[in-house]
Amino acid sequence: MQSELTLTREPIDEAAWLARRAMAREMGAAVCFSGVVRGTEGGEAIAAIEYEACERMARHQIELLFQRMEERWPVQSVRMAHRLGRVGAGETALWVEVIAPHRQEAFAACQFIIDEMKRAVPIWKKPLAVSKPPTFCL
Amino acid sequence: MFPRGGGSCRVGTVQFRVCFFARGRELAGCAEAVESMPPGSCVKELLGKLFRRFPRLVELRKSLRVAVGLDYQSGDCVLRDGDEVSILPPTQGG
Repeated sequence: MQSELTLTREPIDEAAWLARRAMAREMGAAVCFSGVVRGTEGGEAIAAIEYEACERMARHQIELLFQRMEERWPVQSVRMAHRLGRVGAGETALWVEVIAPHRQEAFAACQFIIDEMKRAVPIWKKPLAVSKPPTFCL
Repeated sequence: MFPRGGGSCRVGTVQFRVCFFARGRELAGCAEAVESMPPGSCVKELLGKLFRRFPRLVELRKSLRVAVGLDYQSGDCVLRDGDEVSILPPTQGG
């Protein structure tokens, strides 16, 4: 399985990621997920979310998740980009693409990686409200 | 941060760097601290010492996870001299 991981403080250029997609002839499903910063948090309007990571550990834990995914599904490739730092409302904070032979395993593997990201990868977010001092989500 | 251990300890103690993140950093009031403990000390004992040194951290007592190096560890993980210990509030990636 091929994998690519980027943790970046720059905007995620989804068109550029899509343009670099390479599918083997045996592959029939490409599932993409874009996690976008909502303009509200807990009913309050927010301007952005500040993402913080323990970066080296985050990279290591994501690679472990990729390995677990490969053990469960016949995935050809997984590519992931996660923003760090300030991400404005409406901007993409997480982009994931999974390529597999069939849609069932592509959807399942993509769902798995996103769910496990939230559980195991040391990344935190702090909503930046328009009018209140920021506090971390817990 | 990796591999584990490799520090130069004083006789009778092991020393580790402790890193705080996100809400944990705010409650501790610092991003890093150095702790020394007797050889054979474990993560649970280190946490007890940290809660005494940084009492506001108790707010996260039930939800904190601990990593040594790059991997999560349980409370009975024995710490080695030179380890880097990360104190991690609940994660929220994505």
